[in-house]
Amino acid sequence: MKVELENLTKRWGDVVGADSINLEIQDGEFVAFLGPSGCGKTTTLLMVAGIYKPTEGFIRFDERIVNQMAPKDRNVGMVFQSYALYPHMTVFQNIGYPLKLKKVPKEEMQKRVQRVADMMGIGHLLDRKPAQLSGGQQQRVALGRALVKEPQLLLFDEPLSNLDARLRLSMRSEIKRLQMELGITSIYVTHDQVEAMTMADRIAVMKDGRLQAYAPPEELYDQPRTLFVAGFVGNPPMNFMEVEVDRENGDYHARREGFDVVVPPDRGEKAAGRGKVILGIRPEDVTLADEGVSGEIYVVEPLGRDDLIDVRIGDAHVHILADPTLRLKIGDNVKLKFNTHKVQFFDPATEDSLLWT
Amino acid sequence: MATTVGPKGYGVEAGRLYAARRVFNSSIAYILLVISIIPIVIGYAWLIIATFSYRTEGLLPIDADGNVGGWTLRNWAFLNDPAIWHVTLNSLVIALGMVIGVGFVSSLAAYALSRMNFSGRKGFLSLTLILHAFPSVTLLIAIFFVLNFISKLPALGPRFGYNTLGGVALVMISLDLPLGVWLMKGFFDNLSWDMERAALIDGASRFRVWWEIILPQIKPGLAALAIFEFLSGWSAFLIPFTFTVGTRVANLPVYLRQLISDTAPTNWNQVAAVGLFQLIPVLVFFIFTQEMLLSIYSGGAKGGT
Ligand SMILES: Nc1ncnc2c1ncn2[C@@H]1O[C@H](COP(=O)(O)OP(=O)(O)OP(=O)(O)O)[C@@H](O)[C@H]1O
Ligand SMILES: [Mg+2]
Repeated sequence: MKVELENLTKRWGDVVGADSINLEIQDGEFVAFLGPSGCGKTTTLLMVAGIYKPTEGFIRFDERIVNQMAPKDRNVGMVFQSYALYPHMTVFQNIGYPLKLKKVPKEEMQKRVQRVADMMGIGHLLDRKPAQLSGGQQQRVALGRALVKEPQLLLFDEPLSNLDARLRLSMRSEIKRLQMELGITSIYVTHDQVEAMTMADRIAVMKDGRLQAYAPPEELYDQPRTLFVAGFVGNPPMNFMEVEVDRENGDYHARREGFDVVVPPDRGEKAAGRGKVILGIRPEDVTLADEGVSGEIYVVEPLGRDDLIDVRIGDAHVHILADPTLRLKIGDNVKLKFNTHKVQFFDPATEDSLLWT
Repeated sequence: MATTVGPKGYGVEAGRLYAARRVFNSSIAYILLVISIIPIVIGYAWLIIATFSYRTEGLLPIDADGNVGGWTLRNWAFLNDPAIWHVTLNSLVIALGMVIGVGFVSSLAAYALSRMNFSGRKGFLSLTLILHAFPSVTLLIAIFFVLNFISKLPALGPRFGYNTLGGVALVMISLDLPLGVWLMKGFFDNLSWDMERAALIDGASRFRVWWEIILPQIKPGLAALAIFEFLSGWSAFLIPFTFTVGTRVANLPVYLRQLISDTAPTNWNQVAAVGLFQLIPVLVFFIFTQEMLLSIYSGGAKGGT
């Protein structure tokens, strides 16, 4: 089912939950809503589910406006962060509840619940109460309950954030596989950008109730349209510093105190002659070299496979990833090479990208 | 310098001292508790003995000359009187009426107050709190007029008017509703929204959510309220006494009051027997339900996850 949000807004008095959100989700697409806490992800999701009534704007399911449609008529399944299982019912009754409400005959219900439970790997737990299950098992029950009525739209509200790291990893791929197999249009809310990047076909980045960007993961990563998106997506986060870009002898130079690199003309041209702009570069696009911009190591943080190194260039700081076997120490002088084909430029006032508009 | 008392010996010594002190402390607590309940225990013993004797000057049925004796079942003869069973039934009807009436209305009202947004919600909440603070004595006259008015209504009058069981139950239910509503609202407030949302998305109507998903979560609260209302209905005196005449619609406490006459000498031993009779179901009931009753104060419902 195709879903379309048009100028979707939710306000409670002065509090803005979601602010004119426009996006459309193709049939079978897996979309992640990504953003920091309180940015309106849940609010938007609950409007799609029919729990909240939009203050303004429209929600369309397959061209049909569903603003006034009750949740039960929308045929959506939802998985909550808190699982929201019914504690007084057994696993069987929990999963079967949507079918019971639809007055599905006993036998068919039995079959469908069993099938979904087997698919989720909890077929042997049907007689238990939720309190007798582990967190991961509870999450599977919640997923089963959302799937059993064969919804046309699946909504996930941070379904994995209560699980431990390892379980989160396996559930992540499981959910993704399920969604691909079943081909159900899905919206997946998360504040974990790795989750969003790995699972989603497209990611909607939100901040303060507004949609900041809506793009496939690679595009979001390589062509961030705002400073916020650039800083929020990617780990460790992108480095930013204020520079001035000038054209000199046909080359574009990005300069600040103790820093001077030549940037490719297609990027430099858009940032030149604007006074101060913000240059962004990801840690993996800066490497140690024999010559280049010189700096001094300020902090070394071992991450395991790499060391995250904070290098001071004048009064700016740049984080880079380095091989731990180099045994870099605080105070060492190093030279940095910037992969300038990956630099980003942002307008400091509007915080919009100068490269991608 | 060698010493015979090693650190170990010292430790054992101190441990013993500590244990002794603990025993001593807890025995003091027990002694104080026992002493403080002695008067209550004596009171109950006296009550029970009195119901089986002609006279009780002290704890034993002793007359002025010091003759022990005078055991009798005379005081319990009222059990042969059909009137006592009639008033017991009335007490039961009032008590159950309150359980059902207050339980039903306050769990619905509290759900709405806790979960729904409507204008006047805040005002309504403070109003019920103020109403609860009113001593019911101050309302008696006004209630009398209301009941009188209801008496004149065609269908409702004979059931809920003045001098009817329904009327008494109605008044008592409404006086207890503020308490019930606030209590239940506390239980509803403690439940997470997610479960309710999940049920709505699963396809339940709001009423079904309330009935199938929410109510089962607050069973402990509901049970506590039910017990509370049963006890208060069972021992109700002021309202039944004020708004009924004669024994047709009297309940047990009112019947008890009627035994105490201003003109004829009162058989206090019989009063004690009726009092004990009224107390027995409450005691039995309380023994079985005290744990639930306590949960009313601890906030009750264990949430889901
Ligand atoms: N029922 C409500 N009444 C008033 N304000 C609300 C309500 N629900 C949410 N808000 C506000 O709307 C904003 C967005 O909330 P929302 O729950 O959508 O955030 P979120 O992106 O889901 O955050 P999180 O990652 O913490 O779950 C917040 O500022 C929140 O305080
Ligand atoms: Mg949320």
